[in-house]
Amino acid sequence: MELKEIAKEVRKDILLEVYEANSGHPGGSLSCADILTAIYFELLNDGDKVILSKGHASPALYAVLAEKGYFPKEDLKSFRKLGSNLQGHPSSKSTNGVDATSGSLGQGLSVANGIALSFKLDKKENYVYVILGDGEIQEGQVWEAAMSSSHYKLDNVIAFLDHNNLQIDGTNDEVMTVNPVDKKFEAFGWNVIEIDGHDFDEIISAVQKAKTQDKPTMILANTIKGKGVSFMENKVSWHGKAPNYEEYEEAIKCIENM
Amino acid sequence: MKATRDSYGEALVKLGEKYKDIVVLDADLASATKTVEFKKAYPERFFDMGIAEQDMIGTAAGLSIGGKIPFASTFAVFATGRAYDQIRTSIAYPNLNVKIAATHAGITVGEDGATHQALEDISLMRSLPNMTVISPADDAETQCLLEEVVKYKGPVYIRLCRPATEDIYTNDFKFEIGKGIQHGNGTDATIIATGITVVEALKAKEELSRENINVRVLDIHTIKPIDKDLIIKAAKETQKIITVEDHNVIGGLGTAVADVLSEEYPKKIIKLGINDEFGKSGNWKELMDYYKITSKYIVEEVKK
Repeated sequence: MELKEIAKEVRKDILLEVYEANSGHPGGSLSCADILTAIYFELLNDGDKVILSKGHASPALYAVLAEKGYFPKEDLKSFRKLGSNLQGHPSSKSTNGVDATSGSLGQGLSVANGIALSFKLDKKENYVYVILGDGEIQEGQVWEAAMSSSHYKLDNVIAFLDHNNLQIDGTNDEVMTVNPVDKKFEAFGWNVIEIDGHDFDEIISAVQKAKTQDKPTMILANTIKGKGVSFMENKVSWHGKAPNYEEYEEAIKCIENM
Repeated sequence: MKATRDSYGEALVKLGEKYKDIVVLDADLASATKTVEFKKAYPERFFDMGIAEQDMIGTAAGLSIGGKIPFASTFAVFATGRAYDQIRTSIAYPNLNVKIAATHAGITVGEDGATHQALEDISLMRSLPNMTVISPADDAETQCLLEEVVKYKGPVYIRLCRPATEDIYTNDFKFEIGKGIQHGNGTDATIIATGITVVEALKAKEELSRENINVRVLDIHTIKPIDKDLIIKAAKETQKIITVEDHNVIGGLGTAVADVLSEEYPKKIIKLGINDEFGKSGNWKELMDYYKITSKYIVEEVKK
C-alpha cells in the first residue's frame, strides 16, 4: 500500500477509536497522522525508537501500531476503556510497540536525548524520532532538553514539531506565542527544516537530510489540526471531543474522499 | 565518620567498575553530591545536565530505555520537588530502572535554609507506585545497599545526607532492601529511625540502658517497601513506639509506621520530626536540637 492509502486507514482508525471511546483527541491526532505513518512505514529501521511526546495524539500512534501489527486492530475499539491495553495516553507498560510513556507534556525530548545517549554509548547507528506539539513547546523542560540535545551533539535525534497553530485555549499566538520556532531552535544549536507536514515526499526528504547533519534536527512540520475531516479542520473545538454517530459517519466519508 | 553522600560517591566508583551499564547524571552539583568521583573515574559515562533537573530525570528515563542503569543526582529538594512530575510520568509509571540518589535531604543541610532542606521527599516518593524508597544511616549501610539497588530492577529513590556522621555498622554487615535492622531486644520502648536519626536513636538506647530502661532500635533503611513484620513484632513486644526522622511528620517514616500499625496492630505512636513547618538556617547540629530529633529528646520521650 502507498503511504497515502495507509494514512487514510490510520485516519479512519483514529476516528473509530475516539468515536468508540466517546473520548479522546481527534484534532491533534489527525494533524500528526502523516508524520507517524511516514516514520513507521518508511523511515524506521530496526532498533530505532519513536516517542510521541504529545501523548494526547495516542489514537494516531495506536492506529499506526495496529496497522503495523503490534496488536490486533480490533483492540482499537477498546481505546480508553477499563481493562484496555490502549490507555488514554501512551504507556510503554500497557501497549506493545510503545517505546516511551507520555501524556504530561514536555517530557519526550529529554527521554529521546537519553535514548540517543545510550545509542552513542553503545556505538549504535540508530535514530530516535520524537513528535512534539506546538503548544507543548511552551513547557520549559522542552528548552532544557533542546539545550542538552545540541550540547551532547545528538545528531541521532530527529524531532518533528506538529505545528498546527492551535491549542486548547485558542491559537498559539492568542495563548502564548511560540514563533519564531525556527529561530528559537536554531539559536539552541539545532538544524531546522521547514516542511508541509502532510506531504510524504517532504517528510521523507527532511529525515534524509537530517541524517546527514552533525547536530539534532527539528523538522518544523506545518500541519492542519483535524486534517482530512473538513468540519474538524482548523477547529480548536475538535481538540479533545469525540464525534457522535452522524459526525463519525460524515468524518469517515471525508477521509474516503481525501 | 562519613557523610552518606561521600559513601555514595565512593560506592559509585566501585560499582561503576563492576557494572558497566551504570551511567551517572548530575545537575551541576557533582562536587556536592559526590558524583564527581564517578566523573573522574568514568568521564564517558557521566553526564552533567546543567541546572535542569526536569531534563536530567527525563534523560535518565531515556538512558534506562536504552538499557543503561542511570543514577541521577542532585539535592533532594530539587530531585523530588522540581522534577516530581518527570519522576512520576517518565520513571515511576513506566517502572523504569532509574535510580534517583538525592543528597542534602532534611534540615541537616544546615545553613542553606528552608529552600534547600527537603522535608517532604520521603512523602512524595513513597506515594508513587513502583517506587522503592531507601534512606541509609551510615557508610557501610549506604555502600552495601547501593549494590543491592543496582541489582534490583526498578525505580529507587535513595535519600542521602550532607553531614558526616558516626559509623554504626562494620563493612561486612549485609543489608537487604526491605529488611529493617533491629538493635537490641528491649521491651520498654521501640525507637524507629531512618537515615541520620538512627545514630541518635542508638545513643538514646545507650543512655537509657544506663538507667535500666531497655529499648530496641529499628533502623528502617527501606521506607518502602517497609518491614512490616519487624514493626508489628516490636509493637507487640514493647510498650511504647517512638519514630524519629529528619523529615516532616506528615508522610514520612512516622506515617509509614502508622500505616502499618493502624491496620495490623493499632497502637499509639509518638512521632518525632519536623512538625509541619519549613526549616531554617543554622548549624546542622543546632538544628537537630532545635527540631528535637536528637538522642536527648528521644530519651525524654521514652521516660515520659
